[in-house]
Amino acid sequence: MSKGFPETRTDAAMSELVPEPRPKPAVPMKPVSINSNLLGYIGIDTIIEQMRKKTMKTGFDFNIMVVGQSGLGKSTLVNTLFKSQVSRKASSWNREEKIPKTVEIKAIGHVIEEGGVKMKLTVIDTPGFGDQINNENCWEPIEKYINEQYEKFLKEEVNIARKKRIPDTRVHCCLYFISPTGHSLRPLDLEFMKHLSKVVNIIPVIAKADTMTLEEKSEFKQRVRKELEVNGIEFYPQKEFDEDLEDKTENDKIRQESMPFAVVGSDKEYQVNGKRVLGRKTPWGIIEVENLNHCEFALLRDFVIRTHLQDLKEVTHNIHYETYRAKRLNDNGGLPPGEGLLGSVLPPVPATPCPTAE
Amino acid sequence: SYTPAPLFAALNFLSHQRKWAQDKEYVGFAALPNQLHRKSVKKGFDFTLMVAGESGLGKSTLINSLFLTNLYEDRQVPEASARLTQTLTIERRGVEIEEGGIKVKLTLVDTPGFGDSVDCSDCWLPVVRFIEEQFEQYLRDESGLNRKNIQDSRVHCCLYFISPFGRGLRPLDVAFLRAVHEKVNIIPVIGKADALMPKETQALKQKIRDQLREEEINIYQFPECDSDEDEDFKRQDAEMKESIPFAVVGSCEVVRDGGNRPMRGRRYSWGTVEVENPHHCDFLNLRRMLVQTHLQDLKEVTHDVLYEGYRARCLQSLARPGARDRASRSKLSRQSATEIPLPMLPLAETEKLIREKDEELRRMQEMLEKMQAQMQQSQAPGEQSDAL
Repeated sequence: MSKGFPETRTDAAMSELVPEPRPKPAVPMKPVSINSNLLGYIGIDTIIEQMRKKTMKTGFDFNIMVVGQSGLGKSTLVNTLFKSQVSRKASSWNREEKIPKTVEIKAIGHVIEEGGVKMKLTVIDTPGFGDQINNENCWEPIEKYINEQYEKFLKEEVNIARKKRIPDTRVHCCLYFISPTGHSLRPLDLEFMKHLSKVVNIIPVIAKADTMTLEEKSEFKQRVRKELEVNGIEFYPQKEFDEDLEDKTENDKIRQESMPFAVVGSDKEYQVNGKRVLGRKTPWGIIEVENLNHCEFALLRDFVIRTHLQDLKEVTHNIHYETYRAKRLNDNGGLPPGEGLLGSVLPPVPATPCPTAE
Repeated sequence: SYTPAPLFAALNFLSHQRKWAQDKEYVGFAALPNQLHRKSVKKGFDFTLMVAGESGLGKSTLINSLFLTNLYEDRQVPEASARLTQTLTIERRGVEIEEGGIKVKLTLVDTPGFGDSVDCSDCWLPVVRFIEEQFEQYLRDESGLNRKNIQDSRVHCCLYFISPFGRGLRPLDVAFLRAVHEKVNIIPVIGKADALMPKETQALKQKIRDQLREEEINIYQFPECDSDEDEDFKRQDAEMKESIPFAVVGSCEVVRDGGNRPMRGRRYSWGTVEVENPHHCDFLNLRRMLVQTHLQDLKEVTHDVLYEGYRARCLQSLARPGARDRASRSKLSRQSATEIPLPMLPLAETEKLIREKDEELRRMQEMLEKMQAQMQQSQAPGEQSDAL
């Protein structure tokens, strides 16, 4: 993934205000291949280990947003994903839970540690989405929140005295919960994803998938994929950001066959074949959350956490954030926002690549 | 092979009345209810059932399961982008079911598009209008000249589907139910109930019952069973009432599990849900209460309570404009109904109706003459009596 800013940044500010919709990630220079007659071992490959040690020391931020009608199991799923109570379930039947009249944004942060690596996880919940009789524009508070985080980051970035490590509250991943109707997407689903897929990484999931048989699941997924394509909605991983052939083949398979993931979440354990598993117990059988024959939770977990976590952050930073930033700079006449800057002198473009915010 | 249990045969005979028939000691007029029953059933039984709720809750599958039909075979569910600007439509489908010598003409009223749009404000108004139009039509027919063959197109029951994925009634559910509860018998059901574990089902049912009470929504009350029923029946009846709203699962696919007899169900990788298994869902309860025991009561409540309420409101609103004294208001009985201008109809329509009724009269007269001629020809000694 590129670590530098596009070379044409200053030019864009001075030239005509033709905003580029999306700056393409800068392609690093192809390394000149040295004749591999290295005499002896240099140790370049230890950079991986050095990076790992640094990451372990500093830890990293990850912000995940969940959007969907109430009762689709959003909080349960996030708790299952991160194997801890990171999302407060509002589903206690006895409590007087009133559906909020407008969409609220609730961000809760937790520090999770695993194998010496610390992750500051923030789960952003959006209660009230899609629950009213009139849900027109109910995505606006969500779009506003996402843009506010970009704005916060931008303000920090243009400061003269910047923090060494800018706190990253930007939404790296938005899980959108589709109701398992078995027919197709609902108009609200389309509207939300149309508006937000250009602003944040959206990963659609089919919630409470234990109501669909295998055939129903596969038909539904096909229909949803087709509808998204017809409407020009690009969910993560977006085709245009595949870096190389390897990425493309891997992501193609995910895009065209697995997604949207049909998931089931649970925070209860049951005994199955002598093992304790997370699942749901019904009179006709026990649904095992991590059993790939039952649902695709394990696929979602591996995708979001084990293989694409870093990529989610990088696409957020290099694509979505850059788009926002370019638009803001263009709107401002090339000036970065905020006080504290004299005249229109921009800080010099650094010669060395800037470290990505972690 | 798979033979489904008889649905409508119960309409013919009320089991506990059979014992009167056999006893020679009695005069025998205790069998009168059966006679009345048989007469009306011979005419054929009309029933209009409305099914409402947002799309994707298994409504069509349940209807097909209940009545063992494939009413929705040619249905096309439009895509989301097509539904962005869709308005609610009312669709009617008719099916004739014959069972045990009884003909049932079932009309299903569907409300595709309900709850689908981004903005669902007032989306229930077309439904309310439809229900009232049926009352209007009946009022007109009842006040008309020929009342022998009134077609009853009034909605006798509305099965309202609640999502199992929510946390009880949603604002849209409440708005719809409040708009129709005084106009139609509502039976709430939880669709796709195999999404829920047993504890979740109980909690959801309780939540819905509490909300119905809070919002003062009157659902159809299954009547108390007769005091001469045995304890077992009473207990069963109480249990069935406790399970409202019914948590249902529908399926038209027959699954065969090992050596067990084939039955309808849904096969998952972790097990098979059996539609007719009372431990899996309330399908049997719903079918029993709706079809086997309370079909007639639903019609009666529609006629005696809901329709009468509509009629009273309608006629009262006619009496209000203009100065009418109390005496003339009391004249608003059935007999004088024809003297009052029928409400809400433009003049051209009224004339058309009069013409139609005239035609009907002429046709009936012709039929009468034909029948008289036939009777004169045949010198049949007597007609077969309805032996009991």
